[in-house]
Amino acid sequence: MNIKPYGDALDDGAMQLSFTLPVPLDAKAREAARVYVMKLGFEKAEIVYSKSIAENFSFFVCYGKSAVVLDYDTVVVEELEQEVMSYDEINEFIKREIKRKVVIVGACTGTDAHTVGIDAIMNMKGYNHHWGLERYPMIEAYNLGAQVPNEELIKFAEEVNADAVLVSQIVTGQDSHIKTLTEFVELLEAEGLRDKFITVAGGPRIGNKLALEIGYDVGFGRAVYSEDVATYVVEKMVERKLAS
Amino acid sequence: MLRNKLNLSDEKIARARELASVISEPVQEFIDKSTTTTVERATLRILGADGVDADDQPIANVVVDNMGDNLAFGAAKPYINALLKKGFTPDELNTAIAEGLDIHELELTDFTHIKAKADELIQIFAEKVKKNVKYRNDKIKEYNRPESNPKLYIIVASGNIYEDVKQAESAAELGVDIIAVIRATAQSLLDFVPYGPTTEGFGGTYATQENFKIMRAALDKVCDKQGRYISLVNYCSGLCMPEIAVMGAFERLDMMLNDSMYGILFRDINMYRTFVDQKFSRMVNTYADVIINTGEDNYLTTSDAFESAYTVLASQFINEKFAYNAGMPARLMGLGHAFEMDPEIKNGFLYEMAQAQMAREIFPEAPLKYMPPTKHMTGNVFMGHTMDAMFNFASKATGQSIHLLGMLTEALHTPYMQDRFLAIESAKYVMNSMEDFYDEVEFKKDGLIMQRAEKVLNQTIVFLESVQKKGMFDSIEEGLFAEMKRPKARGKGVKGVIERAPSYWNPTEEFLKRELGIN
Ligand code: B12
Repeated sequence: MNIKPYGDALDDGAMQLSFTLPVPLDAKAREAARVYVMKLGFEKAEIVYSKSIAENFSFFVCYGKSAVVLDYDTVVVEELEQEVMSYDEINEFIKREIKRKVVIVGACTGTDAHTVGIDAIMNMKGYNHHWGLERYPMIEAYNLGAQVPNEELIKFAEEVNADAVLVSQIVTGQDSHIKTLTEFVELLEAEGLRDKFITVAGGPRIGNKLALEIGYDVGFGRAVYSEDVATYVVEKMVERKLAS
Repeated sequence: MLRNKLNLSDEKIARARELASVISEPVQEFIDKSTTTTVERATLRILGADGVDADDQPIANVVVDNMGDNLAFGAAKPYINALLKKGFTPDELNTAIAEGLDIHELELTDFTHIKAKADELIQIFAEKVKKNVKYRNDKIKEYNRPESNPKLYIIVASGNIYEDVKQAESAAELGVDIIAVIRATAQSLLDFVPYGPTTEGFGGTYATQENFKIMRAALDKVCDKQGRYISLVNYCSGLCMPEIAVMGAFERLDMMLNDSMYGILFRDINMYRTFVDQKFSRMVNTYADVIINTGEDNYLTTSDAFESAYTVLASQFINEKFAYNAGMPARLMGLGHAFEMDPEIKNGFLYEMAQAQMAREIFPEAPLKYMPPTKHMTGNVFMGHTMDAMFNFASKATGQSIHLLGMLTEALHTPYMQDRFLAIESAKYVMNSMEDFYDEVEFKKDGLIMQRAEKVLNQTIVFLESVQKKGMFDSIEEGLFAEMKRPKARGKGVKGVIERAPSYWNPTEEFLKRELGIN
């Protein structure tokens, strides 16, 4: 099935864009903005608003009609697809299949000080009416908070014999999250612990694809709840026969 | 003059202030018998310590690190002694220390000489700072522009000071009044202040004295060009609060973030450390006539804004008390609060209005700092822009003083140039179109807004009573503020807190206390 963006008629390819060019605003700048948009694959583009926003910078709003057509059937998703169990189902599953408490350690690592994301997944009170892992009777959850060095997280995970380690990264400026996430995996490998834990990365800019590339078992982005994470972890444990 | 509209009980407000005062007492006692590594380094900086050694260690750190347990006597004496013994200027001594001179090996000269030299050095500091204050006041007079109400405040955070300059210039051209350079992500946990101009930082740009100077010079040019004074902001937070305050005094920063608890709750800095540091840094800020910005708004990122509104007001009372204890007048207290209610709440805007108006009435002289929605901003930038417009409205309608511009891309990245433009445009539109709104509108007697304000004030008193019973230190340990539990003995920088010896001597502190009329 071929698709194009929809404005007010099927296949009109209508899209809106806004951007800044580092040139002073004049007729040439406006034409440059239009030509630039055309180069992106539009067959029609109109600069509907332009404004000088600094000495040598101009802001443009543009509406265009794209010529590009996409075959929907060729699209492959990289996000994890799983049937998420409910809170009760997860606890039942652990009792039935794993027969002991599952130990999960989590932290927001490196210099990142954002705790709200990892708290949303782990803390007792949870997030948006989804209880956090600490509340699950069959899960022993340890939330180490934020600004936790990778070494410390790994050491703690070993001490409590964790089944899974959750790593949160919120700040992504200058790719700082990639550095911190990568260091964690490298440390695990250096200490021969890579297969000991199920490793889960998360944060608003983390996708499953990115996480897999760096070497995590899975990655979760925005609007994720404890059930998503717990479902993945417990099923993976059974699959890997880590449940003993 | 801003009229009161909420009919709040004066007795209740007085009661809350009294509780804040009782709560602060044991903390103040602790502060007065302690010092920290960074207070001592700030002292050295006031006296002239500057520069770095071959390993990029600041001279102030080198001196303090070599003192060991002797730090309990204060770092001023050995530094001044070395100046006298060697017959050096501070610059010459800094170079000698950088080259390996250990000043602690020098024999101590007569204390009266040391004291006299201290007076001389502090005079140099005092003159520099007074000159800065005078320059600022003179320029404001010279430009003779009516003050914007509120003042529009934006951040730049490229990581590269030269890039920041460009962005700041552009924002100034668009008419903002205040520009803040956000620090790099990791800086608050560095136990030293980086040196020189910097061009790479994650999430922000390093606060260094040279970066302060570069940005100040650039803004001064814009000020003259536009004929209006534009304020520069940086952060006195983290492990080096007092030192950054000193750098800000030297380089004529106009505002500095300075919260009595932010570091504890949001950067996991040890509580004793932060309390001691905030006092010294606030004295320096006051002496330099710098408006502080407190960080109550942050509570609402970890707690719910509707449920926990009272923790913000409670913290404003506490921040106010600690600021008074540091000799700071109300006109320099930019107490913080924020527009952070869940957009799904019915009548949420009325509750925001109640909170903002209440802060206005309870702290009439304070240049209140009002923060935009952040937590409930999402990738839907269009909805975000609408939320920011509502925030702009609330701010103008309640007479706020310092207005942090909300960015439509708050959930995504540090602002692009066009994000700032859109924010400024929206704020100017909203505020101009309702210029005299405050005067025109009253609230319905015992309506939702009045009731909400009264309720939050009542909750604040109950909360402050429980903090008073438990004590401040235990309250923080139990997570009463921002739902962050911070154990007393843990946290970054705990090792840098030292009990003062009976003969502890700090001439800069004596000077500041004398000047500010506190003890
Ligand atoms: C609250 C907040 C803060 C608070 C944090 C308080 C705290 N204790 O956490 C404070 C004020 C301290 C703060 C500070 C800073 N912040 Co901030 N902050 C935010 C804000 C407003 C909300 C974040 C939040 O709490 N969201 C709610 C939670 C529930 O969502 P979440 O984190 O995405 O988590 C969900 C998913 O991502 C996922 N998830 C998250 N982690 C994990 C982990 C696992 C394992 C799994 C499975 C899932 C998962 O599950 C959660 C629930 O669904 C965002 C802007 C925004 N609206 O997003 C900026 C933001 C994240 N901050 C930002 C920045 C730059 C900073 C500072 C660096 C600024 C500075 N220079 O000082 C500092 C950080 C200093 C440091 N050392 O990290 C930027 C990041 C830009 C970027 N992309 O790099 C943002 C986007 C704001 C901006 N536009 O500039 N911040």
